[in-house]
Amino acid sequence: MTDIQAPAVRTNQTDPAVAAPAQIKMTARDVNVFYGANHAIKDVSIDVDMENVTAFIGPSGCGKSTFLRTLNRMNDTISIAKVTGDITLDGEDIYSSDMDVVQLRARVGMVFQKPNPFPKSIYENVAYGPRIHGLAPARRDMDQIVESALRRAGLWEEVKDRLSDSGTALSGGQQQRLCIARAIAVDPEVILMDEPCSALDPIATAKIEELIHALRGKYAIVIVTHNMQQAARVSQKTAFFHLGHLVEYGETSEIFTNPRQERTKDYITGRYG
Amino acid sequence: MNSFALLFLVLGLGLIGWLTGRARAGRLIRAAPKRSHSRPGQHAAYVAMWTALPALLFLTVWSAISPALVRDAVLETPAAASLPSFGFQRDSILGEARMLADNPEAGAFNEEARAIAPVYGAAERRYSWIGSAATILLAFAGFAFAYSRVTPTFRARTRVERTVMLVLLIASLIAILTTLSIFVSLLIESARFFAVVPITDFLFGTHWSPQVISSTDPGESLGAVPLFWGTFFIGAVIAMIVAIPFGLMSAIYLTQYAAPRVRRWMKPILEVLAGVPTVVYGYFAALTVAPAIRDFAVMLGFQYASSESALAAGLVMGVMIIPFVSSMADDSIAAVPTAMRDGSFAMGATRSETIRRVLIPASLPGVVAGMLLAVSRAIGETMIVVMAASGAATITLNPFESATTVTKQIVDLLTGEAEFDSPKTLAAFALGLTLFVITFLLNIVALRVVKKYREAYE
Ligand SMILES: Nc1ncnc2c1ncn2[C@@H]1O[C@H](COP(=O)(O)OP(=O)(O)OP(=O)(O)O)[C@@H](O)[C@H]1O
Ligand SMILES: [Mg+2]
Repeated sequence: MTDIQAPAVRTNQTDPAVAAPAQIKMTARDVNVFYGANHAIKDVSIDVDMENVTAFIGPSGCGKSTFLRTLNRMNDTISIAKVTGDITLDGEDIYSSDMDVVQLRARVGMVFQKPNPFPKSIYENVAYGPRIHGLAPARRDMDQIVESALRRAGLWEEVKDRLSDSGTALSGGQQQRLCIARAIAVDPEVILMDEPCSALDPIATAKIEELIHALRGKYAIVIVTHNMQQAARVSQKTAFFHLGHLVEYGETSEIFTNPRQERTKDYITGRYG
Repeated sequence: MNSFALLFLVLGLGLIGWLTGRARAGRLIRAAPKRSHSRPGQHAAYVAMWTALPALLFLTVWSAISPALVRDAVLETPAAASLPSFGFQRDSILGEARMLADNPEAGAFNEEARAIAPVYGAAERRYSWIGSAATILLAFAGFAFAYSRVTPTFRARTRVERTVMLVLLIASLIAILTTLSIFVSLLIESARFFAVVPITDFLFGTHWSPQVISSTDPGESLGAVPLFWGTFFIGAVIAMIVAIPFGLMSAIYLTQYAAPRVRRWMKPILEVLAGVPTVVYGYFAALTVAPAIRDFAVMLGFQYASSESALAAGLVMGVMIIPFVSSMADDSIAAVPTAMRDGSFAMGATRSETIRRVLIPASLPGVVAGMLLAVSRAIGETMIVVMAASGAATITLNPFESATTVTKQIVDLLTGEAEFDSPKTLAAFALGLTLFVITFLLNIVALRVVKKYREAYE
């Protein structure tokens, strides 16, 4: 992890178990999501901190992915999905007509459950976002962006000699880090991760978790996970969802050692879910 | 006995084989001390198969070859000695005789036919009797063989399994064998053609006028290059200029933009278009498009614009192929995982950027394969060019001029009155062979591309 740049290193030194004083990056108020008649998210209000990693946990089908996708308006791509309520990024309403979805998604990046590199070279995968958003006018700038994104994703040493190989030829864990590099390359403010390790083996998972630690503070990070230990390891704040409701939200250490709600306790102790 | 009655008889015998086989197996198994390998039903199926299948196989083969046997038998009788000794005329007399033998009331052109009809009838009856007897005999022989093998230790189950596989295999081979035999017959006829006309004259000659074939140098007026050019120009250039962009765009619209409701009614309509008989497109081309294009050409200053332009045929053919290209492209775009699309959206790409930068590159091999298949369909298309293109074999780049295609010429060559072994008719087979080989190669390439691309996503 020697490649990590200064800002990341700074926060890396903080204790991963302790939440930093909150500087709110995104807020959601009374958010509801409907898939046709299916009411998937019910009156959820939450603040996402800049300095902390926020974990979403909860049983399958409770709406974690759905809620995560409202934060960068990925639900717009599902024709039957309808979102109500207010969500802001730095105080700006992201569902207002002034907000350009293209800009929003450049600021709020996303990493998916299954690694989904494009069938292009490693270089082109990382360069995809900067190219679309016109971030690198010259080839030299692009080279630099690609290198720094790959470095921050901890992938540079492994791929620097084969940047022109296809991104799909990497291992699953490398592909996932490539997708993270791809998201980082446009220099977002928030990164949303939907079960980023569920398709990976323990070693690749450890690499990604390490990476999340390193990225903490530089980006606001929200991660959906099914793995309690993972939530405890990587996050400082945890939100527990159940049947579309946000049941409990607080410091990870609190949620895991001293949950206030009965339902949270039952879930964490593995009584259901 | 006619084939139908025979068929039912054999099936009936098969049923009897099944029942008796089952009964015997049941009896033996009950009496056997050890557990037997197969259940009575499997023994029964084994006996039934041996009873029916060889007999049916024989019946099929016999139905195919007996007409020829009858004909040869008739020709050997003294009554046939007075027939013309060769070709077309003799065949027509024999054909009539056969008709008369089946139905004495029918009218006949040739008196000879009436004379040999009884002989023909007798021969037919004789061969029919031989066939029936042999079929029934085979059924009984098969039955006896299988019945005698039914014992508690006999592995009927395995045998039945193997036979089922064999039957399925034969069924799937039929299409392949048919194609193969078409190819062989084309090859044989073409070989006769190339015995008269040098293959280089045919493949590289630029002069095509089969109406006047010199007897000393038939190759001189049978150079097929103008036809190849016309086929390529109409089918692979003009038609594709229409079909590829429109097909692609409609596929992109349908997969990426159309609301589910729109897609639900638009896709079937496109598919129905693919089923419109080509003759309908043909008269649309001949009656509507061609005159309009001629008027347009005249307006542009082409004095002698033909009403049978390459453009008319090519345009309509292109429209005909649109659904084909669109549905192939649709499939391969839809096969690109949604995760890839979402990945691009999540980077902030717009829909059209996603289509251009991710979907099209990812689906390109499939789209290209679709285009190759479309080309192979277009160059094999006949009806539109028969109706809308002329017979003038010219090599031209001017789409307003008339052009002709391989398929159109095949039709012309075979519909005239000519003997079946003149260079003119044989040329049709050589053209057919060329077309067959080209479309065959196109299809192989297309399928290989598709296969490679499928592997990439698994
Ligand atoms: N594209 C969609 N169309 C219709 N309904 C959907 C869609 N995606 C999710 N849903 C519904 O919304 C509800 C919440 O689903 P969601 O995927 O958000 O759950 P989740 O908490 O992420 O579950 P998991 O842990 O299994 O990923 C479910 O009832 C689901 O059926
Ligand atoms: Mg989910």
